[in-house]
Amino acid sequence: MAVAQPRHGLPDNVVVTKLDELANWCRKNSLWPLPFATACCGIEFMATGASKYDIARFGAEAMRFSPRQADLLIVAGRVVMKMLPVLQRIWQQMHEPKWCISMGACASTGGVFDNYAVVQGIDRFIPVDIYIPGCPPRPEQVIQSVIDLQDKIQREGTIGGEEFEVATRQQTKRALQELPLYGRKAFVPPPAPPSI
Amino acid sequence: MTNDQAPMTTAPATLDALKNSCAELATSEFRGQTRVVIAKGQLLAAMRLLKNDRGFDLLVDVTCVDYLNYRFDDERCPASGRFGLAYLLASTETNERLTVRVFVDEPDLEVPSMVPLWGGANWMEREVYDMFGVRFRGHPDLRRILMPDEFTSFPLRKDYPLQGRGERHNFHRIERAEA
Repeated sequence: MAVAQPRHGLPDNVVVTKLDELANWCRKNSLWPLPFATACCGIEFMATGASKYDIARFGAEAMRFSPRQADLLIVAGRVVMKMLPVLQRIWQQMHEPKWCISMGACASTGGVFDNYAVVQGIDRFIPVDIYIPGCPPRPEQVIQSVIDLQDKIQREGTIGGEEFEVATRQQTKRALQELPLYGRKAFVPPPAPPSI
Repeated sequence: MTNDQAPMTTAPATLDALKNSCAELATSEFRGQTRVVIAKGQLLAAMRLLKNDRGFDLLVDVTCVDYLNYRFDDERCPASGRFGLAYLLASTETNERLTVRVFVDEPDLEVPSMVPLWGGANWMEREVYDMFGVRFRGHPDLRRILMPDEFTSFPLRKDYPLQGRGERHNFHRIERAEA
């Protein structure tokens, strides 16, 4: 937070800043993560929250399992197509301002699971702010992602959340878009199911 | 001989009883494990005999194999259809084991359900239906168990592409502005 010099006549315990920066400063240091842990990345995330790595040092230790009480969605593990509507609903149930971290190779790209059931990257369907590489990532990487997200919040955030309303700014952060081989364009509706 | 020392093979009396009741029966053995191939129409009677008279009180597994474009060169396993169902039976009293195989072919992919005999067949037959599309006549609740209800394919069939037919991409994309 950029703190201006005390003006003449103000006491020493008064600082002057911008309202946006004050809000960002509060928000970035009290991120409440929702661990959407579906696979081994979730185990590594538990280690990140435990005493050895201790994500509480960065103000993000208050894990909440209700989307209405969280403002940071951490998707740790592979997401299958049956789970994706659940993930999307959880994301929509979170209150603004909210952010999303895609933890590990599977959540970011599908990883080695390139089959009919596994979504090839959650950023195809929900917005993602930070990607963590690794299979699974080290706890240090998770902590670094929290630090990077704090930096992003401090730089881009506004108290009214205007930075979220510009969809084109998010588009540039998307990784891989549609693949020509089996993308949305190649989708052909399958025939009706046989009657039982 | 206690149970944990008993070999996990099939008693000759079991095979004799099966041969007396089933006209079409092929048996084979591999490393001490016995497999019988039963015609579809005789499956329910044979399984009832195995459970009630021969003491096979445990249905270990029900699974299926898609033999599309498979070259059968084993005369002991007369395949007569695309899908080969496998029932793994066991007796907790005698440790006796038996593998029962039934072949079904399109378009009549229907076999009698084993739920009236072994309640544990319920979810296993649902999984076979989910993955292969084989239907079980008399099943109390034949729904998909792993894939979503709106899924329309049977993904473990050999003619289903590994990467699917676009189902995993056919979702609405949530943007920042609308969430």
